[in-house]
Amino acid sequence: MTTDVAAAIVPKFDDDTETDRKLAIICSKGNLDMAYPGLILANAALGEGVEVHLFFTFWGFDMILKSRMNHLKFSPVGNTAMHLPVTDSRVAAALAPMPGMTAVATKMMMKQIADLGVPEVPDFLEQISASGGHLWACRMSADMMKVDETDLYEGVEAIINASDFIEMTAGAQLLFI
Amino acid sequence: MPVTTLNGHDVHVDDEGFLTEYDEWSEDLGNVLAANIGVEMTERHWEIIRFLRSDFKEQGETATTRRVQTVGGFPTKEQFELFPKKPAKKMAYIAGLPKPHGCV
Repeated sequence: MTTDVAAAIVPKFDDDTETDRKLAIICSKGNLDMAYPGLILANAALGEGVEVHLFFTFWGFDMILKSRMNHLKFSPVGNTAMHLPVTDSRVAAALAPMPGMTAVATKMMMKQIADLGVPEVPDFLEQISASGGHLWACRMSADMMKVDETDLYEGVEAIINASDFIEMTAGAQLLFI
Repeated sequence: MPVTTLNGHDVHVDDEGFLTEYDEWSEDLGNVLAANIGVEMTERHWEIIRFLRSDFKEQGETATTRRVQTVGGFPTKEQFELFPKKPAKKMAYIAGLPKPHGCV
């Protein structure tokens, strides 16, 4: 009679294998709602040991501009999907551009995000940097908005151009937001 | 629910190998779990594990990376240094807790 000793079930954390997975996320939007998908996915990827690069371009530049990153806004204009808390109804399109709506919608969104324990954009970028994520700023956007490194969040590694970005993301999975 | 033998004891695990019964864990077992995944435990490692266990007991769910930083006081950077590449999962495994569900 032989006793089979089954191998212990141990999770595979693949320290040695998955070392070459790379993810590049292009953040091109400056509204509060669209700042989050890139940050959440970057954070999740970092937690899985993936090398992550975030590239901020166009309106996404606001996410890393010291003067704007704490004040990203959300407006229901042109966005019919916003959920209102009471009866889960929508915002009537005609009401969306009314004075004060942007402030109200922004405040609502920030509260919903905070209630989930998700940090605000600057803190989130800090966590991403601390976890090893790389932050890059788009050269063309910097030129358009006439800003330089001093105007950018300290965690941004450099202002790079499109070719640099293409080179650095060879073999990477790409996400455009 | 699979059962696996670690340290001479049978423990209940999920399909990936994470412990499913809070009380089946002990610090001895924690050492075995750490060795299984190649983590060398220092006192600092243990501080985080103990925080995770007590936080789980209070909250009913495993703390995320962010909670370990803001509530536990262990900076994210340090978590990545102590438990390289996949800190949240590694810490949960060694602490005998399920993987964190939250996104941040």
